[in-house]
Amino acid sequence: MNKNIIDKIWDAHIVKQNPEHPAILAIDFCLVHEVTSAQAFDTLRHKSLPVLDTTKLLATVDHSIPTRKNRHEIFDQMAKAQVQKLRDNTAEFEVPFYDMDSSHQGIVHVVGPELGITQPGMTIVCGDSHTATHGAFGALAFGIGTSTVGHVFASGCLLMNKPKVMKVEFNGKFQAGVSAKDAIMKLIAQIGIGGANGHVIEYTGSALTDMSMEARMTLCNMSIECGAVAGLIAPDNITYDYLKTKQYAPKENWNKAVDYWNSLKSDTGCYYDHEILIDVSQLKPMVSWGTNPQQAIEIDQVIPKSSDDMTKNALDYVQLSAGDKLMNTDLDWAFVGSCTNGRIEDLRITASILKDRKIASNMTFYIVPGSEQVMKQAADEGLINIINQSGAEFRMPGCSMCLGMNDDKVPAGKRCISSTNRNFVGRQGTGSITHLASPATVAASAIAGKIVSANQYFCANGDIK
Amino acid sequence: MKAVKHITGTAIPMNINDIDTDIIIPAQYLTSTSQSGYGEHAFARLKTNPDFVLNQDKYQQAPILLTGSNFGCGSSREHAIWAIQELGIKAIIAPSFADIFANNAKKNGLLLIQQPDEVMSQLILQTTISEVNIAIDIQSQTIQAKNTTSKFELDEFFKHCLINGLDELDYLMSNIEKIKDFKNQQKNRTLFI
Ligand code: SF4
Repeated sequence: MNKNIIDKIWDAHIVKQNPEHPAILAIDFCLVHEVTSAQAFDTLRHKSLPVLDTTKLLATVDHSIPTRKNRHEIFDQMAKAQVQKLRDNTAEFEVPFYDMDSSHQGIVHVVGPELGITQPGMTIVCGDSHTATHGAFGALAFGIGTSTVGHVFASGCLLMNKPKVMKVEFNGKFQAGVSAKDAIMKLIAQIGIGGANGHVIEYTGSALTDMSMEARMTLCNMSIECGAVAGLIAPDNITYDYLKTKQYAPKENWNKAVDYWNSLKSDTGCYYDHEILIDVSQLKPMVSWGTNPQQAIEIDQVIPKSSDDMTKNALDYVQLSAGDKLMNTDLDWAFVGSCTNGRIEDLRITASILKDRKIASNMTFYIVPGSEQVMKQAADEGLINIINQSGAEFRMPGCSMCLGMNDDKVPAGKRCISSTNRNFVGRQGTGSITHLASPATVAASAIAGKIVSANQYFCANGDIK
Repeated sequence: MKAVKHITGTAIPMNINDIDTDIIIPAQYLTSTSQSGYGEHAFARLKTNPDFVLNQDKYQQAPILLTGSNFGCGSSREHAIWAIQELGIKAIIAPSFADIFANNAKKNGLLLIQQPDEVMSQLILQTTISEVNIAIDIQSQTIQAKNTTSKFELDEFFKHCLINGLDELDYLMSNIEKIKDFKNQQKNRTLFI
């Protein structure tokens, strides 16, 4: 039988499959953060159960912590209690925990890969919908609810019916200044927020051949925004080169591991429930105009006309009209960060555009590294200085302005261009307006004080001028 | 989880369509880190109306809720299920349920019964005129109220769990030896961490 990569990973993790029952699926790793874990630890207490294998869990704090320098002091009492609860729970159940004073704290989906925890062929879960990020390594990674987090703690497994599989092929060579973020936003705009409901997506195609791991993570990260259970990319030499030196990567078993990982490719002639082809060679930078990630266009297009309620409500909220251009729309805020675009490559692009330039005087621009490691590397490479000299503000690692759950919020009525993944009503703060875009587009727009393409900063070969 | 074969008791008629998770449990009560304490805030906004069904004495701790279509739409918060269960509700009968809500309900042993509009209107009519007991038999998948009898669909696995008093975690734990064997075999063959 010709199998696709998802069949292969799925089959390798079936502990038990009774007819008419969901499968007992073995879970290889579970990432934990402060917001969705407390009730799961309570379940263990309730049932007097231990964690099955504490070496297969890792906890950190990201969502509700401040990103100012003195972030240890949390002013919001609920957030403070939530963080303390995670400290207590991880201590009681002996779960490895990277707290704010550790050199590995950060957004769960940034920390896992940079430690080498995320490896091809694994099943990885987290109580967070952007867990698909780890799919960049050829892992089957997806978000789960709090009850299921408890199930995984206690049994190292969960119950699940096999999802369908969709193949999305990105072909062609990106134009200068266009990146993985634009490609995934294009897919979502094309198939819609429910376009991949119930499916796992396998991303393939020539556009991925020399794509970095950082960019592949950006691509997989937003799979949930078109309804997919998960998104993944078959591992290759770029994957192995990235992994090789990482802390948790196999050492003496390295060759054996690579042999196994090389088998995780979809067989020719394998079955997919759906197939989609996207040519990226003519793609322009994408920017969202509405209140969900499907409402996005290429930067030089106009907001489409539509009479449906969803469009009308969105336009009311964002104070724009059908037929308007996004290009040159005035901005107040800019943000580069999050599990979508808060990795070192994103900061490099941002810094090289900001270098020797100033952001517009009315703009506030937060640049937030995805983790302590990213922050350290940014310091070593001199990026933090460049960023601070431009008038942008480099902050401490965390989810920050991605979700308006900590101190970092876009004020009501203010318009922000953001490298994040969701532009829902009030997502970045009550009454805030969000335009999703790539880090390059965000940086160029911060300099201009309005939405512009980063085109002028790139040479034809893709290098930054 | 306790084994449940029958659910019998007073039915609460709450004939409203599209009750979303924000109505069931408003967002301001979600920052809590515990799994209980949501019942007192359940349907908070509707409860400000003194005539709202759940304000009536006869419906306190009633086990069956009759309601409108698309019940539980909105966010994925499991708190909505926990809040409803704290009210003593064990089964909800409605024309349709939102997807994620339905999934969360299963994980917590809350029985959702889908019924066609004709049956719903009969049930709502009977229960609005007078207090009515409904008897739900899970094995035979039937509901019985006064002169209405009707069948309902039930996912095989969920039925097995309900009748045997297993929740998903109990079911997983009943396979724990098999799971441990599996995990031992995985090491250094397909898993290298
Ligand atoms: S950065 Fe944003 S999307 Fe990613 S985990 Fe944090 S809140 Fe969620």
